[in-house]
Amino acid sequence: MDKKPVNKQDAGKVLLEEISGAAQEQQGKTRIGRILLIPVLAVFTGLVIGGIFIVVTTESVYAAFGQSFGAGLSEALRTVWNSYVALFTGSLGSPTRIITALQSGDPLEVRRAFNPILESLVASTPYIFAGLSVALGFRAGVFNIGAEGQIFIGAATATFVGYAVKGLPAIIHIPLALLAGAAGGAIWGLIPGWLKAKTGGHEVINTIMMNYIAFRLSDWLLTGPMKRPESFNPVSPTILDSAKLPRFFDDPIRFHMGFFIALAIAWVVYWFLFKTTWGFELRTVGSNPFAGRYAGMNVARNTILAMTLAGALAGLAGANEVLGVNHNLAMAFSSGYGFDSIALALLGNSHPLGVVLASLLFGTLRNGATPMQVSLGIPNDIISVLQAVILMFIAAPAIIRTIYRLKQPAQEQPGIHLSMK
Amino acid sequence: MAPVLELRGITKRFPGVLANDHIDLALEEGEIHALLGENGAGKTTLMNILYGLYQPDEGDIFVRGQKIQVHSPSDAIAAGVGMVHQHFMLVPVFTVTENVMLGAEELRPGGFLDRKKAADRITRISQQYRLEVDPQSYIKDLPVGVQQRVEIIKLLYREADILIFDEPTAVLTPQEADELFKIMHSLTEQGKSIIFITHKLREVLEVADRITVIRRGKVIGTVAPAEADQNLLASMMVGRDVQLELERSPLKAGEVVLEAENLMLADDRHQVAVEGVSFEVRAGEILGIAGVQGNGQTELIEAVTGLRTPLSGRIRLLGQDITRASPRIVTELGSAHIPEDRQRDGLVLAFPVMDNLILCQYYLEPFARGKVIDWQKALQVANDLIEKFDIRTPNALTPVGSLSGGNQQKVIVARELSRPIRLLVAAQPTRGLDVGSIEYIHRQILKRRDEGVAVLLASTELDEILQLSDRIAVMYRGNIIAVVPSKEATKENIGLLMAGVMPEKIQAGASSGLPIA
Amino acid sequence: MTTQAFHKKIETISPTRERIMGVVFLALAFSIYFFFSRDVASDQITKFELTPGGLTSVLPTWVLPSMGTLNILAIAAAILGGVQLAKGFKRYTNWVLAVVVALFVFGFLVWAAAGKSLNLGGLLSTTLSKAVPITLGALSGILCERAGVINIAIEGMMLAGAMVGALVGSLTNNWLGLLSAVAVGALMGLLLGVLSIKYKTNQIIAGTVINILSTGLTSYISAKFMQRYMEINNPQIFKSFPIPGLADIPFFGPIFFNNNLFIYAMFLFLILLHVGLFYTRWGLRMRSVGEHPKAADTLGINVIRTRYLSVLLGGMMASFAGAYFTLGSVGRFDEVMTAGRGFIGLAAMIFGNWMPFGAFGAGLLFGFADSLASRLAILQIEIPSQFLLMAPYVATMIVLAGVVGRGQAPASEGIPYEKE
Repeated sequence: MDKKPVNKQDAGKVLLEEISGAAQEQQGKTRIGRILLIPVLAVFTGLVIGGIFIVVTTESVYAAFGQSFGAGLSEALRTVWNSYVALFTGSLGSPTRIITALQSGDPLEVRRAFNPILESLVASTPYIFAGLSVALGFRAGVFNIGAEGQIFIGAATATFVGYAVKGLPAIIHIPLALLAGAAGGAIWGLIPGWLKAKTGGHEVINTIMMNYIAFRLSDWLLTGPMKRPESFNPVSPTILDSAKLPRFFDDPIRFHMGFFIALAIAWVVYWFLFKTTWGFELRTVGSNPFAGRYAGMNVARNTILAMTLAGALAGLAGANEVLGVNHNLAMAFSSGYGFDSIALALLGNSHPLGVVLASLLFGTLRNGATPMQVSLGIPNDIISVLQAVILMFIAAPAIIRTIYRLKQPAQEQPGIHLSMK
Repeated sequence: MAPVLELRGITKRFPGVLANDHIDLALEEGEIHALLGENGAGKTTLMNILYGLYQPDEGDIFVRGQKIQVHSPSDAIAAGVGMVHQHFMLVPVFTVTENVMLGAEELRPGGFLDRKKAADRITRISQQYRLEVDPQSYIKDLPVGVQQRVEIIKLLYREADILIFDEPTAVLTPQEADELFKIMHSLTEQGKSIIFITHKLREVLEVADRITVIRRGKVIGTVAPAEADQNLLASMMVGRDVQLELERSPLKAGEVVLEAENLMLADDRHQVAVEGVSFEVRAGEILGIAGVQGNGQTELIEAVTGLRTPLSGRIRLLGQDITRASPRIVTELGSAHIPEDRQRDGLVLAFPVMDNLILCQYYLEPFARGKVIDWQKALQVANDLIEKFDIRTPNALTPVGSLSGGNQQKVIVARELSRPIRLLVAAQPTRGLDVGSIEYIHRQILKRRDEGVAVLLASTELDEILQLSDRIAVMYRGNIIAVVPSKEATKENIGLLMAGVMPEKIQAGASSGLPIA
Repeated sequence: MTTQAFHKKIETISPTRERIMGVVFLALAFSIYFFFSRDVASDQITKFELTPGGLTSVLPTWVLPSMGTLNILAIAAAILGGVQLAKGFKRYTNWVLAVVVALFVFGFLVWAAAGKSLNLGGLLSTTLSKAVPITLGALSGILCERAGVINIAIEGMMLAGAMVGALVGSLTNNWLGLLSAVAVGALMGLLLGVLSIKYKTNQIIAGTVINILSTGLTSYISAKFMQRYMEINNPQIFKSFPIPGLADIPFFGPIFFNNNLFIYAMFLFLILLHVGLFYTRWGLRMRSVGEHPKAADTLGINVIRTRYLSVLLGGMMASFAGAYFTLGSVGRFDEVMTAGRGFIGLAAMIFGNWMPFGAFGAGLLFGFADSLASRLAILQIEIPSQFLLMAPYVATMIVLAGVVGRGQAPASEGIPYEKE
């Protein structure tokens, strides 16, 4: 083996690869490919399986197969093609429409044409926060399955600050409301983190319990203390304009500041995890608590810190939705983000950059699903099916390797290290 | 008459190791046949082959003259072979009856367990072989000695007549061990045959009918206890290989660096592991701690490095009380630690070499500026250390888990020895390494000693202890039973001490002013 | 040398949980007095009607003087607390805790219904029916976890069972619906098994896959077909039928012995699983695999096969629980209609210490909180029902923290078995 001291110019590049968990290879070219191979194949296979599922549940395909096999086959392919075209034009916009709109020069038309892709970014934003939450937990060796509850609480606290604290300029009100959201989520993460560190109570069970406590709590808040006075529905008052995250375009485009905050936070998480001593401790304790203890780190404190930060990030997801999109808190507004974020973190290999990319993908799929439902009658729940299948392939890459006859890597990727006990 | 059990030419290779090299062994009916050898000599591998847990690469197994194939424990059980494992195979939350009957259940019609019938059988067996045990007790409530009886009953319940005891006394008190020997005799009197795996000389002479010694995977010879004494067995066991002599300068011991007084330590199961140990290590000397695995060395090392809080006693490092100090404080006072379990404690395998090289100093200048880590600096230092300590790695960013064992250990050594230190605590620093790495690490340790670092070296490798130490403290059952200056130490007398036997010469030496704990 | 003390167990002076419990008992006693007894007028009376179901009451209404009863309850709890502090109930401590909690709960009811009337029969009857899916879900968890596989996918398996039960039940009959539901549960169990046993995937993630997949699939099919064509979402419900003789027992008869298939099945499964786990070869082997798979392996027990069988049965049990919603109670499938019952089942399993009847007890407790919550409004009680509904989760976290003595999870739970 020859030693190749890495020079300073290469250091950043190699560092990024190292951080993203790629096993080192002799040939530099294949490294990026190896990092992306399994996720890309997982997503692709997920889309194929989703397509098959759509075909199997489409009546016209059965009718066509009744005529002849060829007709059936072409109808099946047509169905899948139409579905995914609808999905992606719904989420990214239709090229023809964009061109016509630009030619017409009508500003409303232009906004409408670009709305889908911007709306996808809006849908991706809470995913980024929530995915970062789970990813940070994974890096620190804790399994935050409670993002859902933390999102709820974060949304509630942000909403409260958003409507109850009056007379502040936006420049103060917005950060304050965001901080309130983060703090709410942080408390919801701190409790199971503390319980794990001090009593050994498993964070998976405790965060699930905390989820349901959060649902009940927000149920109570919305029918009681935080109920909109004039409303019969369980919904909070609308937040003040000074707390709303600024939007960049006129209606109907909802694209708002939150997306950039999410990107900034992703960078902060990256910086925190990989550039600071705090992050180094967190990752060390997460990867090998014994070595962490040996190196003089406080394992319990880091566990609590990790769960608290994870909670804060999820809380920001909730705050973002309230301050940027909904402008009020309603019942069950976040359904599913919590579990989806586990898929996001794994798909993104628990790296902030990966999480952002995975969130963009999931946000796009989510956003395209509703237009697909409207135009083709394919329920948007197909996205959950896709997500589950992708998550399965990411979690059990051996299945992907079997399907595509890939070789087992010589060394398993240093992935997530979780102890169940 | 054919032997009850015969192993012919058993060979087993593991990557890089020849664990068993054409081993022949014959077990006669009704005998206790001791299999004697050092840790890692290949005893347990051999028995795991016999019990179907490993498959041999070569060789045959015969039971009563019949060749048998053992692919799984079930085959071994069917052939009448049973094993009392070193780590008991008992379910703690089950009762004795449930553990014994598991896999060979007494049933009533309909698949219901007949606990009573099983318990009656257990009672009968326990009376017949004088194995007192209450079938209704839960395993977790029983003392270790009784748990072992349950393991034996498990075998008898399955009508095994060839019994393998794998290091059975390792976990027993002397009283329990004596009790076990009585049981073993009572078993052989009733026609059972026993293979007794151990590295304890005294026990072998006390209980065995024949003794086969293996060393480095080979049979050295078979002797009867009458023809043997402890000295003979010790030399058969450890060999008389010519050692590579390391150059070492004369001892220039300085001030006391590490001092322990009446240390009392518990192990992870809250049992007393070290009882009232006192010692001191001076600057420029190596104090070697010899002893068979599990006599309290691990706990002692953890205590002086801040990883284990003593029940009582006092530890001082450079005059500072570190009895209850955290690992970080101990490190910052100038202590370096090469841990016993390098993959568990010493390294984060998923992390790059670079990160592991700064694992104990990441928060200090020059690696950290405030709370921000200067990775450029870390990389530079890592590249230097890789060069200086000859760590064979593609580059500094390779995950340390993909390096060989020797290079992994070099990463730890580089990390611990590259900073200014006053004390080096090294536990099993060369376990499982290749010859080249061993020599390298030995030289590094000696170099620190010559520079005036106090070294506390714990090793179960007698050769290593003898080569490096200036003084040798022998631990036995949680105590330092003797401290021998290196010029008086020989393989034989240290080996005997490790087995808990006090040779006369040492006793004489001990009375002449050597510190005895 | 001293070897006497070597290996001897060090007596760990535990911070006496006994004493803490005594304080807890006294605190509960004081609460009964402070919050309940002081709050009722001395002449108020509490009426408990004992009319479960629609049957006419055989037993007369139970009339209690509110304050007197509450004081007696407080005194009883205080005495138990005193004894606990003085002597300690040793290994019966947790049972006494249960008694004291029961006193407190009863005190709560007496207080809540002071000057009013509460149908205790109806309350118990709904408690039982609310406990059914929770208990069955917990049994699913027990089946998997006793063999060493964590199942957090109970919720997803339930949903699948509910949907398939409704769909096939509408197309054919409710028996075939039930059968298909159970079959789909077996498939889900198989998926959990393949992921966690064969591919050694993290079992929490494997469970999450199933939860997301099942939510997606059932909602998809529901939205695409079942909400549009009502004729395929209209299964026959299993009707209640009285057990002759037993149903005529006053008060308890109608509660326990005039129910539909699912409640009887729950009792049957409870008994079967309890007996199976602790009195048969199957149970002994399965538990050994969950506790110490290597020991089981050295005794010739096939660890992998045992685990597969357990997750299959666990999946079937969970989807049976799910079928209760569509075929035993509601009569149609709605998206995510299980509403977290699977996770409460998981909590009930932990709360019940991985024991079938323990889980049933927890299921009853959680069901009681649920049915009481819906009655608080009727009684015009100030306490928001949501806090009552939180109780099961908080209680589970307390149990998990080891305050009431740590439960015994199977030792090898969550760890894939690797042969050497």
